[in-house]
Parts: sequence; C-alpha cells; structure tokens
Amino acid sequence: MAGPVNGPGAGAPGGQATSAPLLGRESEPTLFELSHPGRSGWSFRTTGVPEMSVEELIPDGHRRTDPVALAEVSERDLVAHFTRLSHRQFSVDLGAYPLGSCTMKYNPKMCDTVAGLPGLAGVHPAAPASLSQGWLALLVELEEALCEITGMAAATLQPAAGAAGELTGLLLMRAWHEAQGRPRTKVIIPDSAHGTNPASVTLGGYQVVTVPSDERGCVDMAALATVLDDDVAGIMLTNPNTLGLFEEDIAAIAAAVHEVGGLLYYDGANLNAILGVVRPGDMGFDIVHMNLHKTFATPHGGGGPGAGPVAVSERLVPFLPGPRAVRVASDDQAPVYAWATPEHSIGRMHTWHGNALVLARALAYILANGGDGLRHIAETAVLNANWIRQRLTGTYDVPFDRPCMHEVVLSVRTIKQAHGVRALDVAKRLLEEGFHSPTVYFPLIVDEALMIEPTETESPQTLEALAEALERIAYEAATEPEGTMAQYPHHTPVRRVDEARAARTLIPTFDARR
Amino acid sequence: MGTYIPHTEDEVASMLAFLGLDSVDDLFAVVPEALRLQRGLELDAGVGEPDVLAHMEALAGSNRARADRLVCFAGGGAYDHEIPSVTRALAGRSEFVTSYTPYQPEVAQGVLQAVFEYQTMVARLAGLPVANASLYDGGSAAVEAVNLGVAASGRGSVWLSAGIHPHWRQMLATASRGTGHRIRTVPLADGVTAWPEDDPSGDDPPGVVVVGYPNYLGCIEDLAEARALCDRTGALLVVGVDPVAAGLLKSAGEWGADVVVGEGQAFGTTLGFGGPYLGLFACAEAHVRRLPGRLVGETVDVEGRPAYVTTLRAREQDIRREKATSNVCTNQTLMAVTAAIQLGWLGTSGLAELARRCAQATHYLRRSLLALDRVEPYAGAPVVREFAVRLPLPATVVVERMADAGFLAGIPLDEAFDDGQDGLLITVTERRTRDEIDAYVTALAKAVA
Repeated sequence: MAGPVNGPGAGAPGGQATSAPLLGRESEPTLFELSHPGRSGWSFRTTGVPEMSVEELIPDGHRRTDPVALAEVSERDLVAHFTRLSHRQFSVDLGAYPLGSCTMKYNPKMCDTVAGLPGLAGVHPAAPASLSQGWLALLVELEEALCEITGMAAATLQPAAGAAGELTGLLLMRAWHEAQGRPRTKVIIPDSAHGTNPASVTLGGYQVVTVPSDERGCVDMAALATVLDDDVAGIMLTNPNTLGLFEEDIAAIAAAVHEVGGLLYYDGANLNAILGVVRPGDMGFDIVHMNLHKTFATPHGGGGPGAGPVAVSERLVPFLPGPRAVRVASDDQAPVYAWATPEHSIGRMHTWHGNALVLARALAYILANGGDGLRHIAETAVLNANWIRQRLTGTYDVPFDRPCMHEVVLSVRTIKQAHGVRALDVAKRLLEEGFHSPTVYFPLIVDEALMIEPTETESPQTLEALAEALERIAYEAATEPEGTMAQYPHHTPVRRVDEARAARTLIPTFDARR
Repeated sequence: MGTYIPHTEDEVASMLAFLGLDSVDDLFAVVPEALRLQRGLELDAGVGEPDVLAHMEALAGSNRARADRLVCFAGGGAYDHEIPSVTRALAGRSEFVTSYTPYQPEVAQGVLQAVFEYQTMVARLAGLPVANASLYDGGSAAVEAVNLGVAASGRGSVWLSAGIHPHWRQMLATASRGTGHRIRTVPLADGVTAWPEDDPSGDDPPGVVVVGYPNYLGCIEDLAEARALCDRTGALLVVGVDPVAAGLLKSAGEWGADVVVGEGQAFGTTLGFGGPYLGLFACAEAHVRRLPGRLVGETVDVEGRPAYVTTLRAREQDIRREKATSNVCTNQTLMAVTAAIQLGWLGTSGLAELARRCAQATHYLRRSLLALDRVEPYAGAPVVREFAVRLPLPATVVVERMADAGFLAGIPLDEAFDDGQDGLLITVTERRTRDEIDAYVTALAKAVA
C-alpha cells in the first residue's frame, strides 16, 4: 500500500504538528458569559478637556437611553479568553496547511514588522499626497513589480480581495466594450472555475456561459468554439486551472477569444505556480487579478484581509479605478508622487487605497525574494506538489494522470466505492494527524476530490509525514470496521459539528440562544 | 536558494530523481516553449531582512502625516483611537493571523467563536438581530447593502443621501455599472438630508434609501423622516453608522433600519493608510437569507458540546455560483476578531465613555474654532464627534499650513459637496489633549489670517 520510500525524509522527523497543542474537551464560555456587572479593563489618556455630560452633547430624542450592552470583563480575563480561543485554532504557524487553491505558505515575520512601522501604520488615508509621499512611492513600486511579474502595463491596487479583483476586472471588461460601442452580454467560464467567478460575472451584469473540461482536465476547445461569438465579452480562466493543470492550449484560446473581440481575464489564484516561468501577459491575457495573500505570503487572517490588485494591458489602462498613485516628473532628481484618476476610469473599488498594509507586506516579500527568488518559489511549489502526486498515486485515484503544477487533485472515489469512506472522512481523519485538511469536494467536476497544495515552504520531511499520514488513512479505510472513519476526529477541540442544525435553528448571536 | 524555502540542493535532486526528472525546468515541460519567459524577471535580486526593513523604513520615513509626528484631527471614517497593548497582543496572535477561512470547524473554533462574539457585539450596536462575519470596508458594506435592498424590494432605484461618505457614493456608482441600479442623490440642507416631501411613488420609487447616522459632516440625521419615506414607498432603509457615535445615539435598528452598515476601523485597527479596515453589516431577520459574506452560527458537535460553524452556506458563491447573493469570499476576519477584542476591552462602560470623550472634545474644539473671526460653521445641524467648518481660503492650503505647524488639520471637503473648496472636516478623538486642541486653534487662527 505504501509508496516507495524516497530519500528526502529518511531519518529526519516529520514537521507535522500534533493535535495536542489544540485544547479540546472543555468548551470555552463566550465573553458574555464571563461578564460580571461593573467590571472593566479600559483606560484612556488624561486630556484635561472640560467635562460635558451626555445630556449636553446629544439632543433629546437621539440620545441612547441604555449603553450598548457589551461584555464586562477585566483585562486579565480578556487575555485568558482570547488566548484560550487561540489554542482552539489551527494555523500555518502551527503546522502544514495543504488547503488547495488557498496557497497557505509560511508568512514571514519580517512582514509583521513592516506592517507595524509607525510611518506606515500611523498614516491617515486622507492625508494629502504631499504628506504621504512614502506611501505613494510604495504603491508605485509595488505596482511596477506586479506588472513585471504578470507582464502587464499598469495595475490598480484598490481591490481588497480576489473576488473584488474579479468584479473590478469584469467592470473593466464592460467599460472597454462600451467604449467599442456595446457592452456585449456573455462571459465564458470553465466548469472547473472558482465559485467567485460566476458570482462576479453576475454582478458585472453579464450572463455566465460554462464550457466543459475535456478528458485532459483542460478547456474543451471544440466546446469553446461553439460558444464563441461577437456577444462574448470575454473569458475568465485560471491557469494553472483549479485541477492544478496548465492549460496548454492557452495561446489558441487567446487567439480564438480575441478573434471575436473578447477579452481574456486571468484569475490569479494559482499564480504561485508560474512566478518567473511564464507570465499571463505573455499568454495573451488582458486583465489579471492577483491574490497577494496567496502568492505573496501576506497572512490570511482567519479568512481575511487579503488584497486583490488587478493588472491590465495597455489598451485597458485608461479605464482603471482611481485615484491611482503615479510618479510624476520633477525638476530635480528626486521623484515626486501624486494621485491621478485615469481618463475613462470605472471609478472607485475601495473606500480608500486598498488594503494598504497588506500591500506593504507584499512589497517587502517581493524585495526579499527578488526576481530569481520568485522563480525558485514556483519551482519548489511545483516540485512539492508533483512529489505528493507521485507518492500517492496508487493510494488514491489521480483523475488526471499528468504532471501537475503547484497543486494536485486526488480522488477518494475508489476507496468510497470499496469501503464507503468519503473525502470528508479522509479530511477529518487527517486533522487528527496534526495536519490541516486539503480542500475537499472542489473542483466540482471531480468526485470526492482532495485538492492538495503543499506550497514551497513545506520541507521534504513534512511532505513525507503528510504522505505517510494519507497512506495510513487509506490503509485504515480498507481495514477498519465499517463506520470507524466516520467517527474522526476524536481529539480536536470539538468533534464533528452538526452543520444541519446550525442552518435549521439559526443562532448567529449570543442573544439568539434559546 | 530562496529565503523561505527549506529544501537543500541534495533534497531537490533526490525529489527530482523520484519523479524521473533531470532538472526543475522539466517540471514546466507542459508550458509551451514560446510562451515561457526567456529572461529572468527584471526585479532586483533578493536581499536579507535588514535590507528590506531599511528600504521600507525609508519609505515610511518620507510620510510626514504619521500620527506620531502630525497630531491627527482627520476622521471621515478613519480615526486615531487608542489601541491598547492588550488588543495589539491578542490580535497579533499567530493562530488568528495565519489561519484561513474556517472550512474545518473542528480545528477552527478559535476564529469561529471570536467571530460569533463579534457578530453579537455588532448586532447589539446596530440594534438588529443578525450581523455577518465582516466585509472589506464601510464602502463595500454599503454596496452589499444596496444589492440586498434591491433584491428584497425588487426595485433597482436607489436613493442616496448626499451626506453619506463621498467615497461610498463613488463605490456605489461604480458597482451600479454592473448591476444597473439607478442612483439618485438627495441633497443636504444645513447639514442634513432634505428628503422630498411630495409622494415620490409615481415615478421610479426607491427600492433602497441610504443615509448616514451621523452623516459624513458629523451631523445627526432625522431617521424618523427617512423611515417614513421608506414606509411610504416600500423601500428598505440602509443606515451607515459611525460605530463610536453609536455608543451615544439611539440605535439605527430602533429607528427602523432594515440594514445597518459602517466602517469598523475605530475598533482596534490602525489608520494604515486606509486598509485593511472592517466593513460592519447587520440586518433584520427577514433578510438573513440574502446576507452577503460569511455568517457564523452556534450549534453542537457529536458529543453535544457547543460548537461554531459557518452557516447558511447555501447563500454563498462557492455553492450558488452565478445565483449567489454576493461574490465575497475572503473578508476581513482578522479585523473582526480585533474588533471583538477591542470591544471586549472597552466593555459596556468603556464604549459609552469613549464616545462621550470624543464628543466632548469635538464640541470643545468646535466652540473654540467658531469663536475665531474667519471660521464659520459649515452646517447648523447638531453633531456628535465630527464637524465641518467653512474657511476663508481653500481648505487644501490650510491643511498644508497646518502640517508645518505640526497638525493633520482634517479632510478638505471636495467637489462631492456642492459649494466649493473652503470646507474642512474635523474630528477630535479621545486621544487629543486640551493642550493639543488649544494649540490647534492657535495654529488655525494663524493659518487663515
């Protein structure tokens, strides 16, 4: 059952966490249950400002009669509570997190220092350009680096996450076509696309046209040809796609879409695979969004913040959101930076300038790695994914048996048919081994999918430990009594959660408890 | 070898051998030769941490408007509030920082429970029963609220008070390019929205009405009037709140808001040049199945213990795809957790005291400024913790002069406000001392002389 033992991990301990650091068994009360009337922990600066009462400050009729009821706890209790909560949370800093499509790589601590610099963190976003030259220079420097990496002409840094970048791209697509005479009505997406793609298409005012994947896991060229016409505004592609496979026909796809006057949108979720190897601009894409929280290692924050800059080719630059930071000519040698709104700008996508401190982290990461370092990232990410693919071939199904890029999609289909064990069971069992689980049941076109993205920052020893754990689980699936695998996990802070009950009897706040 | 990559050359060679490959280039054999980048990326070679930090510090050093150098009197949704050590320490815990969306609730109870507590706090602030797990920022929350309102009312006509944040209005205009919503801006009179008195139901009645409480100028709007307009027309009422001022004001929910949105940066998040911030979003029970973004609910595990999980997932983009209520996936969870910590630190008495201190300092400065010869009130309506004045010369000029005196004086009111360049929006947080405020008044008197 076990694959061939390979050299890299031999003799070294695996880098997996155990579930022991996660505190289980006893549930943590909510902050509201820890509250005791009259207790407090706050303190404010001594200001000497003359005292005024609420009655003097707020007109009758608008004044709140009772304060907003929050928890009343001491600082000590607050610290204990949130520290205990943190012990009930898996994270990249604790162990491998091979969550496919999310690029859960290590987040350098250096970037935390950057985000905390008073000269960056302490700047008000409405400060005029003359008083925030450092920030504008930083944004321009990052934009230029991202354009070099993607092979594009200019970028907006406003979108706060990938989905916001997608909508930005679709509005750019619409503005472009309107400028050509009519907006067109349809946007093509493959059936393997992220769910944000079709949702963004709808918000962009377009209809979704889905094209199937062929037996290689790539866009079916014949099917594509049947849906291309002059009502197609564009196509959204992820390359490598969500199966972790490179769309080898990308040049032909680009030519066909451009032939009918459509634009190509690049979903940058998987950009980590191709850094310095091949650029979306060189593949023929017109619009590219990047997920800085994936490719450029800004931490995921439990679900955000991210940042989703959008880079475009020359002809789309006049439509970019604004204002944008730009370098302007100056008389002396020192560059001067200013805000400028492109001539046909679609407008604003963020209240201010985007998730600025996330942008600063990304720039620091790019500077640390440099051009060669970025390519090395892609090479190692792809190496790790292919090693896992090769190692687990035979243990799990490999629906598309060809070299992958930065992630590999396996299937639990055969194991399920033989033993009734599902991808979900494998995922839950893996939690018990101290690893986060892969993405499961995505992409939708693969039955019982396990989507594994090791990233470049996991060592060969950690990969070895992960592979051994997955082999052990496959072995158990075949040998343990029926139903055993559905019982896992046992030692996590909570065991399997009743999701149906959560939806049926909605308790979205402490006050909704009955 | 790259900075954060563990592999030794021997290990890479061994892994390649396992794959039957000769070199790492072979990993990319599937990439057509003609498309490959034949040169290296034209970026500087990578450097070590000290060099990176030196570069970033140099950039930071050329920002004059940092709050530790220029005393901050600018607000407009971004405030220089106290962030105590305890919030920094807890919100900086790497379990919160380096995890992702809680797809596996068994190992994500920390983030899930913190967000559940956050949702409870936001719902209480808003005076509504449900709050989501966060959106990108105040403006994006307003965009999502309008999308919800149009879907719920079935009418694409959106009336925006001219008193909501001008950047929110710009974002709503941008979003409407895709959604086709018809936006009408209702002007202000003396600082508050002048809702039309006639029955507007004849021609394109609104499906959504959006108003600030207080509004961008800091003025307290009459929400009863806005609610009455909605009752007459069947529109949903969306209220954009300042969550700190909400510590003193009757809740928007109590006034009859259907959806409450706001910018949550004030709760523990640094100014950060505008991001990452926190989009607050709460709504009435009737709209919960149209709620954008993620929602955490309480349930039990197989042993019957309390447990938390993202719920009503059928609304979301990864399941409903083109029929989803919103495309939001990654949100601002870390800022939501930060807000829960900060609000835990403030507690019931602290939020009320914070709001009162901001308001009293604002009123103290407003009275002092209006005593100056050349400074006029921009509007007469009552304010809470922010106000605008009219100056005898362009506000941008005054801001530059005030910077030389050591202050970030405020935000010039731009073309979004119809009558020119002489308005300045000013806020005073609980961090400003009487000495700072008095010095500001002296400097401003000089700047406008």
